[in-house]
Amino acid sequence: MTTPPMIECCHVTKSYVRGDQEIPVLQNFNLSVPVGQFLAIMGPSGSGKTTILNLIAGLDRPTDGTIRAAGIEVSQQRETDLARWRARHVGFIFQFYNLIPVLTAAENVELPLLLTPLSKQERAKRVRAALELVGLGDRLHHYPRQLSGGQEQRVGIARAIVGDPTIFLADEPTGNLDRDAAESVMMLLRRLHQELHKTIVMVTHDPRAAEYAQDILHFDKGKEA
Amino acid sequence: MKLLWAYGVRNVWSRGRTTALTVMGMGLVSLIFLSVLMLGDGLTRALVDSGSQANVLLLRQGATTEISSGLYRNQTHIIRSLPGIASDTDGNPVALAESVVLISLTKTGGEAPVNVTVRGTQPMAFTLRPQVHVVEGRPWQPGAAEIVVGAQIASRFLPQGIGSPLRIGKRDWLVVGIMSADGTAFESEIWGDADLLMAAYGRESYSSMTLRLSNDAAFEPLNRLIADDPRLMLQMKRERDYYREKSVTLTTFIRVLGFTFTTIFSIGALLGGTMTMYGAVAARTREIGMLRALGFVPAHIFFVFLIESLTIGAAAGGLALAGGAALQTVTLSTMNFSTFAEVAFRLTLTPPSAAATLGFSLLISLLGGLPPAIRAAHIPVVTALQAPGR
Amino acid sequence: MTLATLIVRNVRRQAFRVVLTALGIATIILTFNLIITTVRAWYAGVEASAPNRLITRHAASLSIHLPLSYRDRLAAVNGVTGVTFANWFGGVYRDAKGFFPQFAVDPDSFLDLHPELLVDPDTQQNFLSDRRACLIGRRLADLYGWRVGDAIPLKGTLYPGDWEFVVRGIYRGAEPSVDENWMVIRWDSVNERRRQFDPDRADTVGWYVLRIADPSAAGAVSRAVDDTFANSVAETRTETEQAFQAGFVAMSGSIVRALELLAIVLNGVTLLVLANTLVMAVRERTREWAVLRTLGFERRHLAALITGEALLIAGLGSIAGIAITIPATDLYATLVSTKLGNFFQQLVVYPSTLLLGTLATLITACCAAALPLVTVLRNKVADDLRHIG
Repeated sequence: MTTPPMIECCHVTKSYVRGDQEIPVLQNFNLSVPVGQFLAIMGPSGSGKTTILNLIAGLDRPTDGTIRAAGIEVSQQRETDLARWRARHVGFIFQFYNLIPVLTAAENVELPLLLTPLSKQERAKRVRAALELVGLGDRLHHYPRQLSGGQEQRVGIARAIVGDPTIFLADEPTGNLDRDAAESVMMLLRRLHQELHKTIVMVTHDPRAAEYAQDILHFDKGKEA
Repeated sequence: MKLLWAYGVRNVWSRGRTTALTVMGMGLVSLIFLSVLMLGDGLTRALVDSGSQANVLLLRQGATTEISSGLYRNQTHIIRSLPGIASDTDGNPVALAESVVLISLTKTGGEAPVNVTVRGTQPMAFTLRPQVHVVEGRPWQPGAAEIVVGAQIASRFLPQGIGSPLRIGKRDWLVVGIMSADGTAFESEIWGDADLLMAAYGRESYSSMTLRLSNDAAFEPLNRLIADDPRLMLQMKRERDYYREKSVTLTTFIRVLGFTFTTIFSIGALLGGTMTMYGAVAARTREIGMLRALGFVPAHIFFVFLIESLTIGAAAGGLALAGGAALQTVTLSTMNFSTFAEVAFRLTLTPPSAAATLGFSLLISLLGGLPPAIRAAHIPVVTALQAPGR
Repeated sequence: MTLATLIVRNVRRQAFRVVLTALGIATIILTFNLIITTVRAWYAGVEASAPNRLITRHAASLSIHLPLSYRDRLAAVNGVTGVTFANWFGGVYRDAKGFFPQFAVDPDSFLDLHPELLVDPDTQQNFLSDRRACLIGRRLADLYGWRVGDAIPLKGTLYPGDWEFVVRGIYRGAEPSVDENWMVIRWDSVNERRRQFDPDRADTVGWYVLRIADPSAAGAVSRAVDDTFANSVAETRTETEQAFQAGFVAMSGSIVRALELLAIVLNGVTLLVLANTLVMAVRERTREWAVLRTLGFERRHLAALITGEALLIAGLGSIAGIAITIPATDLYATLVSTKLGNFFQQLVVYPSTLLLGTLATLITACCAAALPLVTVLRNKVADDLRHIG
C-alpha cells in the first residue's frame, strides 16, 4: 500500500482570455508531489510557473483537468471551503513578502491565527515561537518598513509556518533579496523540509536557490522541459 | 498651455469611479442649493407678483388680510367718486369691491383639508389683473351661481373639472371655467359673483376694494383723501406691497432654512472636493515627478490640478442644473402663514439662480482644489519619482 | 490583535483623508439633526395635544365663527364633561414681525380644560378678577422681557382698534411640548367692544373645546356633536385636538415633506462621500486584500474589515456631528427667532433625534461599504497579487 501523493495535477490546462484572444498558459500539465518532497520548479518568467502555484492553492481555477492537494479536490471546492482549507493546510510565501504595512512583525504573523479558535495567550506563544524559528525573536514589534528585505521575507515565512500547514508554496522567495539574505531564507526552507518534513513547492528562476531543493522540475512555455 | 488643459481634463476621466462619486456628491449639494433658490423664486412669483404696481388695495384700518377686513356698501360708493382713479373705456372708475372667504377643501387623495380662498368679484377683475385668463370654459355670468376655478385648485381638488358642483356657503355652485394666472396666487383661488357669495354667507359687507390709479402720482393725494375721511376708516396700500407683506413670513422662513442648510452643506462639499483632489495628487505623485523631470515648473503642476478640480466642479454644476430643470415640473402647495390660505407655487429656474448655482459649484471646487494643487506643485521631484504607483 | 486592530490601523493609515471625510459626514449629520429638529418643532402642537379634548368648529372654515348659543347645547351632548371656547384675536405688537398667538377665551372654563397650563391659584384669581388681564407663556415673557403688571399694547386686526392688556400672570407648561408662546385674554372684554362697533360679528366664537369622559369614545362623541348641528345655521366639524393640530401641520405639508425629503437626500450625500473615501482606500490596498485571501480569510472576514472601516469613519463623523449639533442648534434657534420671532414654539434637540441621525448614518455606511467590497470580492486573487500600488 502506497501513500497517495500530497499534490497531484492531472491533465491541467489553463488559458486566459484577453480581448477576443485566448492565451494558453498551461497545456496538459501533470505533476505528482509525494508527501515530504521539496520540489523546485524552474523556468523563465512568463512560463506559467506562478500559475501552477495559484492553481494548487485554489487562488485560480484551471480551464480543464483536476488538481488534488492535501486531501481535497481543489478545483471542485466552493470558495468559502477553499479559504478554510487554505487557512488550515497552505502556507504561502511571496516574492514581495506582502506584509501588511500597518501591522508589526508579530501582528503580521498572528494574522492567520485569527482564523483559528486559539486563545490570545496561545496565539502569542505560537507567534513568538515562529519568529524565533526564523531568527527574529528580537524584532517582534517592528513594522515592516523598519526591517530589511531579508528580515521581511523571514517574517513572511514565519507567517506561513505559524499555522503549521501541510504544504508550503513559495513564489520566487529569493527574487528580491541579495545573496546573503537569499541564502538564509533558503536555509530556513531546507530546515522546514528536513526537520519538520513539510511538503514544499517552490517556483524560482534562481539556480542557486533551486539547489536547496530535493528535486527540480524544468519548465517552459506551459510544458515540462 | 493647451496641452496642460487637455491633460487636466483627461485626468478627470482616468479615475472614473472616484470622479463620478465626487461629481455626484457635489452635484447633489449644488442641486440642494439650487432648489432653495428655485423655491424662493417660485414663492416670489406666486405671492409678490400677484400684486400690480398700478393697483392699490383698500382694507379696513388695522386689518392685515382681506379675510379680516370689512367694507360697507356705502363706503364703496364714496370711494368710487374720489379723484385719481382710472376710468375704463365706458368712463366708469376702475374700482372693484370684493368679498373674500376661506373654505375647506379636501384633496382628491383624501388627506387633511386645506383652506382655499374664494373671491366674490366682478368681471372687472380681469381688467385689473391682466395676468388672469380663463383658459378653459367661460367666465361666470353675473348673478348666476357659477364659479371659475384656479388651475392649481382644479387639478388638485376638482378632478371632474368643468361641470362639477361645489358647495360654498349655503348653496351649490357650478364650475364653468378654469383660469390660469401666470403662476401667481390667483391660480389657487376660486372666483364667482360678489353679491351671490355675500348672500350665501349672510354678509352685508365686502372684504376689500382694489383700484387702478389714473397715474402713479395720484397715490399720495388719494391716500390722504381716504385717510382723512372719517366715514371711511380705511387704509390704502399698493397692491404689490400688500402681497409682499403677506409673503414675508413664508419667504423669510424658506430663506432662513435655505441659508442655514446651504452654508453647512457647502463646508461639507468643500471637504469632499478637497479629499478627492488630495487622492488625485497622491495617485499621480510619480507622474508629477515625471512632468517635473521633463521641465514643467511647479506653476504648471498647480494649474493642471486646479483645472482638474474645476472640471469636476463644472460637471457637478451641470448635473445640478439638469436636476433643477427636471424639478421645474414640481408644484408645491402650502398654507401661507400670514393669511392661512393655501397657495400653490411652481419651482422656478431663473437665469440668475442658474448662474449662482454654477458659480457655487465652481467656487466650491476652486476652494477645495487649491490646497491639493499647492501641495502637488511643491512635491520635490526626486521624492515624487520614487513614489509607488503608476 | 483582533480584526478590529487591523480596522483601526487601516483607518489611521490615511489620517488626513479620514479626518476630511469624518468632518464632511459631521456637517451632513448636523444638517440632518437641524432638519429633524425643525420638523419636530412643527409637530410640537400635535405632540402636546390632549387625547380627551375635541375641537368643534364651523364645517366650512375656521374663518367662519359659531354662535355663542351652541355652548349649552354642546354641554348637553352625551359624553361631554366640559366646554370652553376661544377666538383668534390676531393682534399685532409693534410691527408685523411681533406676532404671537393670542386667544380670547372664557377664563374659568379655559383654564379648567387646559390643566397643562400651570398657573398658581393667586395668579388665576388675578386673571379672573381683571377684565383687561392677560396671561402669557414663559417663553413669550422672556422674548419681550414682560413681567407681571406690564401693559402690552396691541393693534387689532380682527378686532379693530388699539388695545392694551395687563399681564396678570405667566404660565409654565406641564410638559416640554406645551406651547409657552401664547397670550390668553378675556373673550368677554373683547366681545363687549365688538358689540359696540361690529355688531354683525359679536357673540360668536372661533371654536369650541370639549372635554370628553372617555378618549376612546372620541369618534362617537364627534359624530353626535356634528349630528346635533346638522342642517342648522352653522354646521360643525368636530375632531380630536390631535387631528385638528395635525390638520394645521398638513396645510403646510409640502414644506414639511420637502424637509423630510431633504433629510433623506442627505443620507445620499453621506453615501457618496463615504463611498468615495472607501473606494480610494480599498483600491490602494488591492494587493493586501489578495494576501489576506491567500492566508485563508473568507468573504465575510473581508466584508467585516471593509464595513468596519466604513462604520468607524461614519462613527467618528457622527460623534463630531453630534458634538457640533448642540451649540449649532442654539445658533440656529437664535437666527430663527431674530428673523421669525417665536414662529416655532421651541427648537429642542431630542436625544432620539441624535440617535436617528447616527443610526441613519451607520446604515448608510454599510451601504457605502458595499461598492468597494463587491469590487474586491469580484476580482481574482491571482490578478490582485500582481497589482502594483
